[in-house]
Amino acid sequence: MLEVQHLSKSYGPFPAVSDLNFNAQKGEILGFLGPNGAGKTTTMRMITGYLPPSEGRVTVDGIVLQDQPLEAKRRTGYLPELPPVYPELTVEDYLRFVARLKRIPTREQAAKIDRACQRCALTDVRRRIIGRLSKGYRQRVGIAQAILSEPPLLILDEPTAGLDPRQIIETRELIRGLAGEHTVILSTHILSEAATTCDRVLIIRRGRLVAADTPANLTHRLKKTDTLLLEIRGPAEAARAALAAVPGVARVELSAALPGAAADTPARLTVESQGGDIREALARAVVSAGWGLLELKPVEVSLEEIFLSLTDEPAAAEPAEAAAAAQ
Amino acid sequence: MSGLWAMIRKEWKIYFVTPAAYVVLALFALISGFFFYSMLAVYVMQSLSGGEFGGGALNVNTQLIQPLFFDLGITLLFLLPMLTMRLYAEEFRSGTMELLKTSPIHRLQVVLGKFFAAFGIVLLLLLIAFAYLTVVLHYGKPDLSALAVAFLGLALMAAAFLALGILISSFTRNQIVAGVVTFSLFLLLWVAGWTTAYSSGTIASVFSYLSITTHFQNFTLGLIDLKDLVYFLSLIVGGLFLTARRMELAE
Repeated sequence: MLEVQHLSKSYGPFPAVSDLNFNAQKGEILGFLGPNGAGKTTTMRMITGYLPPSEGRVTVDGIVLQDQPLEAKRRTGYLPELPPVYPELTVEDYLRFVARLKRIPTREQAAKIDRACQRCALTDVRRRIIGRLSKGYRQRVGIAQAILSEPPLLILDEPTAGLDPRQIIETRELIRGLAGEHTVILSTHILSEAATTCDRVLIIRRGRLVAADTPANLTHRLKKTDTLLLEIRGPAEAARAALAAVPGVARVELSAALPGAAADTPARLTVESQGGDIREALARAVVSAGWGLLELKPVEVSLEEIFLSLTDEPAAAEPAEAAAAAQ
Repeated sequence: MSGLWAMIRKEWKIYFVTPAAYVVLALFALISGFFFYSMLAVYVMQSLSGGEFGGGALNVNTQLIQPLFFDLGITLLFLLPMLTMRLYAEEFRSGTMELLKTSPIHRLQVVLGKFFAAFGIVLLLLLIAFAYLTVVLHYGKPDLSALAVAFLGLALMAAAFLALGILISSFTRNQIVAGVVTFSLFLLLWVAGWTTAYSSGTIASVFSYLSITTHFQNFTLGLIDLKDLVYFLSLIVGGLFLTARRMELAE
């Protein structure tokens, strides 16, 4: 469906994206994960034909973007980081303009606009001026614009940025609903979003692909240590020593108490294990010392930690392995 | 073709909802109306006093229409930057350029769509000017072909202004910057011909050739000179072509 080969972009001597290779299958949801400035937007802009790549080739549905730009663009829907809307126009007028721009035959335009409005829950605001809509609605107008011509390939740049939690869930459901008919590529810097929405995740750092796998595998593979958070009613320092003595514990860190906190404020400790489940052992250690165990929970691995772990890995084999996985 | 048509309709819609088009139309009607009335009054007075000496009415074309078209030209010089400053700057600023550049539309269609939309407003402005001139047609006997040529000249000059304004707008994401630069350039092109008044050197004649007034003048007199046609057409084609090239480049 989508084939990206040796895609590179440099601004002067600074490489924004270097030698990116990956494929996307029909009906797949592919997530681009990376911190800000990793090259996600640049990559998406090259796939959609907004930016010419310095090197490399993008093939959409068998059509090489660099050879037949208009044909490839007909097969692509794109939601940029900022929804590309004209604040002066009504939702209806705007979508009609987009329908003409995307060369949807005149007799199909009304039906497609109806469908896109329905899918993005815009039917109530069709006659409203876009500039007066809330950010969430504007984002949905942006999504409606991208899916309007029902293109086989959809590129969504941070589709849930700036939405409230409920809208985020709705948008994710919408995107899940789009898969099957469309191949969807979305970018995000939120790991949980990639985990809940995407079939496959590509992690990009400094313009390079560092990992490509299913979210489950990726989280599992990168989670070298388990981190647990404990809240204990008892002497903080003694608790730390006791927990550090538990077999399998790599490190214990005591969170500083808030200034002016009461003397019986529970101690909060972060425990890193060397692997294996040590929750029972920790609980036993606390209880046998006669302290109250108020809370014991695993800390989710954050994207930052994944990046740190990817940076720490000394082997240069990682990118090669990732590239192989992407093929 | 549908892409071109889509662009024209979108720009027109935005012109009329913003409501930049109404402001430009109303101000043009007001200013050109004042010019027309003042000049007509002066012309009538001069004709009447000329008539006392047996000279009769003065030539309508040289005494009324020619100076009037110069003033219409100046009015356009002030107002047309308002039509063009937004056209690209705003697309860059609001991010809608990403929509245009990733849609199956050729960049030439984008440029031409914007140009024709703005030119449509210019045609309405010319219609207003024509409405005033019907008074002259009714009471006087101007040379009609000369009047038509004057209108052609005004339309060509306006089109050249638009093409340059669109080009300038494509270089910035700030429409105020685009507007100020456009207006300054128009003013420079308008007065560049003044150099011939105090110099006859090569530089002076180059400036004179570059000046819009030099080329516009013949049209107001009812003369079509190939040199003037080439001047305006090359400004129009050059401006639009360079804008299309500009769109290809990365931001």
